[in-house]
Amino acid sequence: MMKRRWMLKVLSVILLTCFAMVALFPFAALLLASFKPANELMRFGLNLQLDPEEMNLQNYLYLFTKEGKIYWTWYKNSLLITLLFTLITLFLSSMVGYALAIYNFKGKNAILFLVLFLMMIPLEILMLPLFEEMIAFRLVDTYGGVIIPFAVSPFAVFFFRQYALGLPKELIDAARIDGCSEFGIYLRIMGPLMLPAFGAMGILQGLNSWNNFLWPLIVLRTDEMFTLPIGLAGLLTPYGNNYDVLISGSVLAVLPILVLFFLLQRYFISGLTIGAIKE
Amino acid sequence: MKQESSLSKSSELSVGSRLKRDRKKILSAKYTPYIMIAPFVISFLLFFLYPIIKTVIMSFQSIYPGETTFIGWENYRKLFNPRFYTAVFNTAVYTLWTLIILIPIPMILAVILNSKLTPWRNVFRSALFIPALTSVIVAGVIFRLIFGESELSLANSLLTMLGFSPQQWMMNWGTGMFLMVFLASWRWMGVNILYFLAGLQNIPKELYEAAEIDGAGPIKKFFRITLPMLKPVTIYVLTISIYGGFRMFEESYVYWENNSPGDIGLTITGYIYQEGFQNFDLGFAAAIGLVLLLIILLINTVQLQFFGLFRKENS
Repeated sequence: MMKRRWMLKVLSVILLTCFAMVALFPFAALLLASFKPANELMRFGLNLQLDPEEMNLQNYLYLFTKEGKIYWTWYKNSLLITLLFTLITLFLSSMVGYALAIYNFKGKNAILFLVLFLMMIPLEILMLPLFEEMIAFRLVDTYGGVIIPFAVSPFAVFFFRQYALGLPKELIDAARIDGCSEFGIYLRIMGPLMLPAFGAMGILQGLNSWNNFLWPLIVLRTDEMFTLPIGLAGLLTPYGNNYDVLISGSVLAVLPILVLFFLLQRYFISGLTIGAIKE
Repeated sequence: MKQESSLSKSSELSVGSRLKRDRKKILSAKYTPYIMIAPFVISFLLFFLYPIIKTVIMSFQSIYPGETTFIGWENYRKLFNPRFYTAVFNTAVYTLWTLIILIPIPMILAVILNSKLTPWRNVFRSALFIPALTSVIVAGVIFRLIFGESELSLANSLLTMLGFSPQQWMMNWGTGMFLMVFLASWRWMGVNILYFLAGLQNIPKELYEAAEIDGAGPIKKFFRITLPMLKPVTIYVLTISIYGGFRMFEESYVYWENNSPGDIGLTITGYIYQEGFQNFDLGFAAAIGLVLLLIILLINTVQLQFFGLFRKENS
């Protein structure tokens, strides 16, 4: 019996190690590639010949030349859009979710049904009319155009509603007796109680926004407004000669997220799993 | 402190003004929920209802700058063409592969990670999750480096080592599909593991203890307890995988940028993008989009019905 257990343990460690290596190896490959001459890399792929004389920091230094400067503009756009989007979507979605959990009002169930329904709709199919709306609102090629159409996330609304259902309602009555307004209750009493939910959803929405591709690709039209994924994807042509930016830029695009992940692991994981736990 | 001051203030108020205040508060309690849900309602009307109605109308129109005419079902008739079949076929095959890979394997890995016998569980969990942090674009950059066309590229040298001939990964249908499925599996494995782990932690321990007393081995326990108890999570993962698979776009875009040789990477969303934003055939693109919506809703409704019926039988 002991022997079988031991065997099982060894087997599972071997299996997990294999999968973990497949998961992590590409990062090592990217890091290795970033120190190699870029122009040949994307055309022929990365090989394992380690020639220390060939390795250099050229790809990174290129980011600081005149041609590489645009990369930092993309970086700034990505940071600002992610920050703004996350703040706005957290505020609006939590408020809607809170109202759906705490209050009883006419039409509540219809709204809840719509929230769940929207979670099943692929928004890709609405790209064309949405883009026309962006033209009409003069939001093409602006941060607002990327953020506003998706600022109220049905997924986040549902998440906050599930979370708010578990909040102690007695506090609300106590606050009302103290003369607190309904918005005051939400902002000053119940809001702070939802802090873990804000943490988890904030990370998830931030990650989505940082990596978002299709919609920004459509709305953002000029080089100066591109986000990182759009800018980097533009360098992915088979003929381009900007692979230096592409590779070192990719390293620097994942780096902040990896750092955040190691600092805030708990929140990452709770944000992703909540949908599956609650039935 | 705050409470005290508000108490003393309210006792200073006259009866009349207190009544007025109370009425205001009742009114506020009545209207506040509507103000709070207003962002959702506005967003729903502006960014869903209007666009979907517009899409339906557009799908019956021929739209070119300055010239919009109703053409009946013509756009839907145009759907019967080889490129649309290719797009649907590629998307369906891709979705099927992601289901085959991204449900059983994460489930088994989650069971292993959930066992107290397994050492370094947190390290493994984090390592397996990390690919989910990358954008598809960055992941695509990495995969294009690894699966380069030179015989010396990482993937090809591995193949040669194992005795196979090197491949032109991005040029053939089979290898191209492999690249897309591999990229998706690499990015999503850790996320699905987390879903299954969450499901496993909800299974009451007593069930296993009771089974052990009855002398059930690990395999029997897995099929009799774990698998049935994981059903809600499995259905959730299945639903989002079908949804994610059929709307796939980026996993193909990073390899071929919407112009794959022989359409080996053409997906339904890619086809919408091509027709709408490159050929400006907006009416046709709208029709494709509605068919995509129909496919996703149909498959997920059937799938949920199917498993839902089973659930009723069980209880």
